[in-house]
Amino acid sequence: MYNQNLKNKYNALFNIVQRLKEKKEQAQPQKEKTTIPSNLNPVEQEELQKQIDQQAYQWLVQQHQPRTTWLRNTILAFLVGGIICTLGQIIQNYFRGFGLTLREAGTVTVFIMVFLGAFLTGLGIYDKIGKYGGAGSIIPITGFANSIVASAMEFKREGYVYGVGARLFNVAGPVLTFGFIISVLIGLLYYFFT
Amino acid sequence: MVSLLTAFVIGGVLCALGQIIMDFSRPVVTPGHILVGYVTGGAILSALGLYQPLIDIGGAGATIPLSGFGHSLAQGAIASVKADGLLGAFSGGIQATAVGIAAAVVFGFTMAVLFNPKG
Repeated sequence: MYNQNLKNKYNALFNIVQRLKEKKEQAQPQKEKTTIPSNLNPVEQEELQKQIDQQAYQWLVQQHQPRTTWLRNTILAFLVGGIICTLGQIIQNYFRGFGLTLREAGTVTVFIMVFLGAFLTGLGIYDKIGKYGGAGSIIPITGFANSIVASAMEFKREGYVYGVGARLFNVAGPVLTFGFIISVLIGLLYYFFT
Repeated sequence: MVSLLTAFVIGGVLCALGQIIMDFSRPVVTPGHILVGYVTGGAILSALGLYQPLIDIGGAGATIPLSGFGHSLAQGAIASVKADGLLGAFSGGIQATAVGIAAAVVFGFTMAVLFNPKG
C-alpha cells in the first residue's frame, strides 16, 4: 500500500494545511471549511481537495495508527506467550520432580496444556486472553486447543457429526495436514540421504 | 527458577515474532496460516538441527509453541527411520505427537459438547 509518490503529495498538502491552521488562528473570523489556499487556480484547488479527502487522510491514518498498535500488540504477545510458556515450564518442572524423564514430562505438559486450553475456551476465558494476547495466545499449544473447541462449539447446531465432529478440524485440519506431510518428507529425506 | 525465566523469554520471543508477521502482512496472514507456518517451520528447523538448541535453552518456552509440535514431528520421523527403516518415515512423526493430537481431539470434542459459545 505504501507509495512514495503519495507520501510526497501528502507532505506538500500537510504543510499547506499547517500553514492554513496558523493563519486561521491569527485571523479568527475566517470560516475556513476548506483547507485550500486561495492563491491556487480552481483546477488545482479541486485536485488538492480531492486528494486531501481521500488519499492523504487514509495515508495519515495508516501511517500513524498501526505503528503504535503494532508495538503494543507485539509487547502483549510477548507477555501473554511468555506467561503461557512459563506455566508450561512450571508444570514440566513439577513432573520432573517425580522422576519423569524430560521427554515424559514434556508429553504430560503438552497433555495438560491442551486440556487447559480447551477448558478455558469452553468457559469463555481464553477468548478474553486472546483479545489482548493475539499471537501470544494463538501460537502456544493452548491456542491450538482453543481453535479446535471454538470452531466446534460454534457449529454445534449442525449436529455432532457434521457440526462438532467436522468443524473440530477447521484450523487443526490444515495444521495436521501440513505437519504430517512435512514430517513424512523429513523422514523420507533422512532415509534416502543418510 | 532460571528455567522459568528462559521459558518466558524464548516463548515470548516466538509469540512476538508471530505477532509481528501477522501485523505486517494483514489481512493476508491469518491465525491459521501462522499455526501452519510455525509447525512446518519448526519441523524444518528441527530437521536441520537448529531447533534442539532452542529447547536446551528455553525448555517449555520452545516446546509449548507450535514450532515445538513441528520439532516433535520431525524428530519422531527421524528416530523411527533409524529404528524401523522406510515405514518409520510414515509412523514416527505421528507416534511422537499422538498424545497431543488425541488429547486435543478428545478434550476439544468434550468441551465443545459441554459448553456453548459465549456472547
